[in-house]
Amino acid sequence: MLDERVVLDEDDVRRTLVRIAHEIVEHNVGPGRLALVGIHRRGAPLARRLQALLSELLEVEVPCGAADISFYRDDLGRHEAPVVHASELGFPVDGATLVLVDDVLFTGRTVRAAIDVLFDYGRPARVQLAVLVDRGHRELPIRPDYVGKNLPTALGERVNVRVREIDGLDQVSIAQLESTPESPEALV
Amino acid sequence: MSMRHLLSIEDLDREQIERILARAASFAEVSGRPIKKVPTLRGRLVVNLFYEASTRTRSSFELAAKRLSADVLNFASSGSAVEKGESLKDTVTTLSSYRPDALVVRAPFAGAAALVAGWTPAAVVNAGDGKHEHPTQALLDVYTLTRRLGTLEGRSVWIVGDVLHSRVARSGVLALRRMGAEVTVCGPPTLIPRGIEALGCAVRHDLSDLGEAHVVYALRMQNERMSESFVPSLREYVAHYQINARRLSPRQLLMHPGPVNRGVELSSDVTDSPQALISEQVEAGVVVRMAVLFELLSGAAPEPSGAAAQARPATEPQLA
Repeated sequence: MLDERVVLDEDDVRRTLVRIAHEIVEHNVGPGRLALVGIHRRGAPLARRLQALLSELLEVEVPCGAADISFYRDDLGRHEAPVVHASELGFPVDGATLVLVDDVLFTGRTVRAAIDVLFDYGRPARVQLAVLVDRGHRELPIRPDYVGKNLPTALGERVNVRVREIDGLDQVSIAQLESTPESPEALV
Repeated sequence: MSMRHLLSIEDLDREQIERILARAASFAEVSGRPIKKVPTLRGRLVVNLFYEASTRTRSSFELAAKRLSADVLNFASSGSAVEKGESLKDTVTTLSSYRPDALVVRAPFAGAAALVAGWTPAAVVNAGDGKHEHPTQALLDVYTLTRRLGTLEGRSVWIVGDVLHSRVARSGVLALRRMGAEVTVCGPPTLIPRGIEALGCAVRHDLSDLGEAHVVYALRMQNERMSESFVPSLREYVAHYQINARRLSPRQLLMHPGPVNRGVELSSDVTDSPQALISEQVEAGVVVRMAVLFELLSGAAPEPSGAAAQARPATEPQLA
């Protein structure tokens, strides 16, 4: 991973999240409970930041949870057992509008699994998807509702999202992988 | 690092135990949901092969597999004891043709699970092999204790009773030692196996220093074995070794693998007291066994996918 190009810096990430928060408010006028669900790992801190922004905009505390999709993957057995974080949704899911939050949207398989997690907690009224980066190469019919940045990539590239809470800084960059996987699946 | 079988606590290092405990904790969260099931092991087959009576071990393995969406086949030897290794082998060969992913084996012979592991391509879980080991019991005991105490480092655990016949004690001593606990086994000399100190535990023959224990782990006194004069009489045993309110201080935790002989190894009052973790142990049984099945069946595929492994950076896998 020699060549790494920064696409969004700290300031860009902050502005992007503010914009997404405004879009979420715009799209969810009227009554109905709104809640955020971050996908582990980097979706979770991003969801918490959106929670702070939304709570300020709406002047009401927006609940925020986290989902771990490890138990819902479709590629079990292809690689080492993952580190598992507990999913925690501390609010009633039935009838709520849930916004799934993740760092990168790629094949769509993670989102597919995350939707399954949500439905094991109840029946949400609707589920929306917010991502910091959409890098393309979808393998499932999944479309984000809120996109921070569209980032057309080659399969041989890797999108690195770093967040302050986990990596010490906010940054999105593209790196060239040394060996190119035959299919994007290998990266999921 | 990935485990192939779970035959003995001896095969596990502290890191592996901690990984299983952490996973069990996430499965505890799943058990608290409206839908207590995850699709993780969908389409996998878990066969329970039980040559010995068991209520909680068999049912908790069954429940664990079902909560992970695996299919379960229960095979119990119908009373006719399997005395020859050959017939065990034949049974395993037959069951293996159903292509199970895991075989959970309970047998009255030490080493049975290890033998089975040589006869089947499935992952084998030892659910108790004679007097040898009962690793999932030890893991659920350690899980229950860490939930209560945080760390076991430097905690004193006394295992009291029929240590000689107890695979629970053997696996328990190993697992507790791995996690940093100080372990003392206590019982009449006839019920303490010679040389058990080699496992790293202290040996006592009376309860006079029981007060030093943070945790008292009472073992089941097997009435059926009392005919063999390991102790002069049950009454004698009760007089010297029963854990009751007089001997147990309220700040000590009490554990027991079940089923409890009330009035023998435990008095009724302590069995029902809030310091007894017995029902927590049963509850832990399901989530810890889910973690074990997950660990064994979700690891790396047999054929290493080199390209994918290469492409995955050492830092953090990218979930897209």
